[in-house]
Amino acid sequence: MGLFNKKKNYIRINPNRDSVPTTKPTVPDDMWAKCPNCKRTLYKKEIGAEKVCPHCGYSFRISAWERLALTIDEKSFTDWDNQLEQKNPIDFPEYFAKIDKTKESTGLDEAVLTGKATINNQTVAIGVMDANFIMGSMGTVVGEKITRLFEKAVIEKLPVVLFTASGGARMQEGIFSLMQMAKISAAVKRHSNAGLLYITVLTDPTTGGVTASFAMEGDIILAEPQTLVGFAGRRVIEQTIRQQLPEDFQKAEFLLQHGFIDQIVPRMTLKDRLSQLLAFHQQKGWCEE
Amino acid sequence: MSLTAGEIVKLARHQDRLTSLDYFEKIFTDFQEFHGDRFFGDDPAIVGGIANLSGKPITVIGIQKGNDLKENMERNFGQPNPEGYRKALRLMKQAEKFNRPVICFVNTPGAFCGVEAEERGEGEAIARNLLEMSDLKVPIISIVTGEGSSGGALALALADEVWMMEYSIYAILSPEGFASILWKDGKRADEAAELMKITAAELLELDVIDRVIPETLKGKKLGEDKIIRMMKKTLIEKIIELSKYSTEELIEKRYQRFRKF
Repeated sequence: MGLFNKKKNYIRINPNRDSVPTTKPTVPDDMWAKCPNCKRTLYKKEIGAEKVCPHCGYSFRISAWERLALTIDEKSFTDWDNQLEQKNPIDFPEYFAKIDKTKESTGLDEAVLTGKATINNQTVAIGVMDANFIMGSMGTVVGEKITRLFEKAVIEKLPVVLFTASGGARMQEGIFSLMQMAKISAAVKRHSNAGLLYITVLTDPTTGGVTASFAMEGDIILAEPQTLVGFAGRRVIEQTIRQQLPEDFQKAEFLLQHGFIDQIVPRMTLKDRLSQLLAFHQQKGWCEE
Repeated sequence: MSLTAGEIVKLARHQDRLTSLDYFEKIFTDFQEFHGDRFFGDDPAIVGGIANLSGKPITVIGIQKGNDLKENMERNFGQPNPEGYRKALRLMKQAEKFNRPVICFVNTPGAFCGVEAEERGEGEAIARNLLEMSDLKVPIISIVTGEGSSGGALALALADEVWMMEYSIYAILSPEGFASILWKDGKRADEAAELMKITAAELLELDVIDRVIPETLKGKKLGEDKIIRMMKKTLIEKIIELSKYSTEELIEKRYQRFRKF
């Protein structure tokens, strides 16, 4: 066994490696980003405030507050229902702890911001989901906030503009998450019956129960370029049918082709387009008194 | 006889359970099936039409699993495609026009997950049903008879009354899927089933459903005839009750039924 225990004495080339200060020029963090869509490396300044890939037009995921800043008139936002009580309806272990942690890291009260604002001086009820909050998943608080958004919009006779971004149901709330789809849909219908306009803007990613309810219920459905929109996730489908899916599967462009959305609107022109569509619906028509 | 949630899941999925067409035949008479969604095709996973209940016409719709492997292949194991939901909606709007109540039988592992289903808008089809059912002007009763999984089940269950068979389940997704998403381990399905509150008894307590149709009495299994007679009687009573409401009251009650969650 002595054969294996024999140790050679190596000469250390750089004995004090740790203590030698590095003199190499370094690139500071946060200067480069990779586009998740076209995979190209981008100099961050190229992405701009709108955060759009200059090569493929992919719109990076942005927070709800960033979205508001890009969409509404400055200082026009009134926050609604931001203190709703969080419940743990199926007593999911450590759910409250997870919520508290996420609240702290995102600075949001839940996965959606709702309120009233103006877009080029036109008042709207607006909701913006944020994928950073437990993947924008829909629990009872998200459902309640969106329901109230529509109910208040009916009372104040306002159009609703809703930016969707969600992984789908909030697993930790079980069946109560599913019930939100029914609750919100019923409120959307009342808003619709009141003759009011509802515009959805699908942003990356819009999936699951959100797609299967209020995301697809808009009078006008817009989407940002390259946005992922679908019901079942790509991985689930691939496992179910045992086939590779095409690259553009469930992208906004695919949905446009299949008849589910009205327009794909680049982020740069979104505010103006919304403003234009809102204005159309405020004008008196030919047939009115 | 108290079963675990995992055991109830197995019973709910059992091959021998009655299918929607079985219920149509046993509870109603003169069932006439209508086909097609008028957009794309006819989905064999959803069946529907008109039938006679105690001398009066009603619209019946159900998600159909097969009685054997061959029929299951044809029926896609009770996983509807978008055209199935669109057919169901077409039949509901028809019921509204001719003032017939609607009874839905729900038994599905979920809406179908596939490329074509997405291309034709599985999400949109479910969403449209929810939207339209929320203010359909005639009474709707939905009964979960086996598995009621996810949006694919809810798309036929935004109803005035939602009932469940004693050994059926109603959930956001399968316990396997739940375990796989949360713990990345589909094998912990039994554990997930306990946690998820998916059994009829639990959901009745949570007010998610309104009634449990018993399949046992004092620990003994009830005969099929007995269960069918009981279902028929309670359906008739409930339809009479719901028909007394004005359209506005009916829709408001339905709104509040889901508003509470």
